[in-house]
Amino acid sequence: MPIVMDADRIGRTLTRIAHEILERNRGIDDLALVGIRTRGVPLARRLAEMLRDIQGHDVPTGTLDITLYRDDLMRTAVGAQPVVRKTDIPFSIDDKRILLVDDVLYTGRTIRAALDALIEFGRPRAIQLVVLVDRGHRELPIKADYVGKNVPTSVGQSVQVHLTEIDGRDEVEILES
Amino acid sequence: MKKDLLSISDLTTDEIYRVLDTTEAMREIGRRPIKKVPALRGKTVVNLFYEPSTRTRTSFEIAEKRLSADTLGLAVASSSTTKGETLADTALNLEAMAPDMIVLRHASSGAGHLLSRICRSRIINAGDGTHEHPTQALLDAFTIREHKKRIDGLKVVIVGDLLHSRVLRSNVLLLTRLGAEVWVCGPATLVPTGIEQSGVRVSTSIAEAVAGADVIMMLRIQQERMQGAFFPSLREYFQTFGMTAARVALAKPDVIIMHPGPMNRGVEIASDVADGPFSVILEQVANGVAVRMAVLYLLGGGQEGD
Repeated sequence: MPIVMDADRIGRTLTRIAHEILERNRGIDDLALVGIRTRGVPLARRLAEMLRDIQGHDVPTGTLDITLYRDDLMRTAVGAQPVVRKTDIPFSIDDKRILLVDDVLYTGRTIRAALDALIEFGRPRAIQLVVLVDRGHRELPIKADYVGKNVPTSVGQSVQVHLTEIDGRDEVEILES
Repeated sequence: MKKDLLSISDLTTDEIYRVLDTTEAMREIGRRPIKKVPALRGKTVVNLFYEPSTRTRTSFEIAEKRLSADTLGLAVASSSTTKGETLADTALNLEAMAPDMIVLRHASSGAGHLLSRICRSRIINAGDGTHEHPTQALLDAFTIREHKKRIDGLKVVIVGDLLHSRVLRSNVLLLTRLGAEVWVCGPATLVPTGIEQSGVRVSTSIAEAVAGADVIMMLRIQQERMQGAFFPSLREYFQTFGMTAARVALAKPDVIIMHPGPMNRGVEIASDVADGPFSVILEQVANGVAVRMAVLYLLGGGQEGD
């Protein structure tokens, strides 16, 4: 299966995004990172480390589980409820600039759910979206602020992001389904 | 998950762990500034309570509201039950209004099973007579797991009115399934016949039962269900089986003391133990909301075969 990003490429891409974040926000004051479960979480942590290395202090980092906000919840057959995991945002998001981080941007429905979930924690000054891969096929009017790589796909394909923290290796591949 | 939750035996071991893990996530919602998620939006839940209840009823209602369900509490005292309507007829009439779930508390054992046969709605048993109270056992297991990080291999002692206790029956099923060593203790008149066949150790000596315990669970003396003299007096009961600081000292140094409520202070438990450092009684209540959110979410409110 075609590999569209390898470990080096993912590393360089995240470094570039970290610099773009700093450039656009003129530093890291008031910034906070929130990773969407599952693979947005390690991506957010890596970006937090990079921002600290460049700027010398920590950026608050949280975890968001969007399961209970999904628009397809309760539409599936009995017994197939998706697993709910913990949301952990250990800081106030009020007046912060939130960087919402996910691995793949596809229909936009996950991000819609994440925006709803996030707003219930407070009123951030702004929310910006970071994704490693934008594969197109949006079903909602949602656009990323920082994109690692645009990957043209067909609807029948799936984009798999593997990250060392979860999968033991860094790689993005396209699968035919 | 099956359509209804009537008994702990409706759950597989995997499903039990799934409820406990989901509870962790649900508990975090209760700590947010806005304690509400849209998971059960548009679902209707009827709380049908034929017996008095403070904790279970408020706990279910809060859980339902935090998941955005539309809830309806039926106060039986002001309903047609007082005009002679049977449980089955009440249920069929409610069913005609198409609720997604019915939470039932009833004085008769098996009331939930009756509803389960005649209703399309999902039934959650919130206590049926002296039979079962599954969500109580799940919240107890959650509380134990949180303190001890495991349930397997723990010595759990359940003391009190074993005969009339639905909390006992659900807890025995759940805790033995998860590998705990369960002891039950009470006056011989209040020990159900054949209980040792469910894999528990029986003792009428509180000192023997409590020795080295990791968890002590006290049960209420249910005077409203007692038709007969099971022990000479409440005072004597407390002398023989009441949980006092001296008896707690026989257990492990990190023992936790539990009680499903409502407590009879000075009957089954001394006040200084109920309010003491080993007591997790109010944590049980707090965890009850999260456990019920998990059960409501996992049952889903959908209909069988949708």
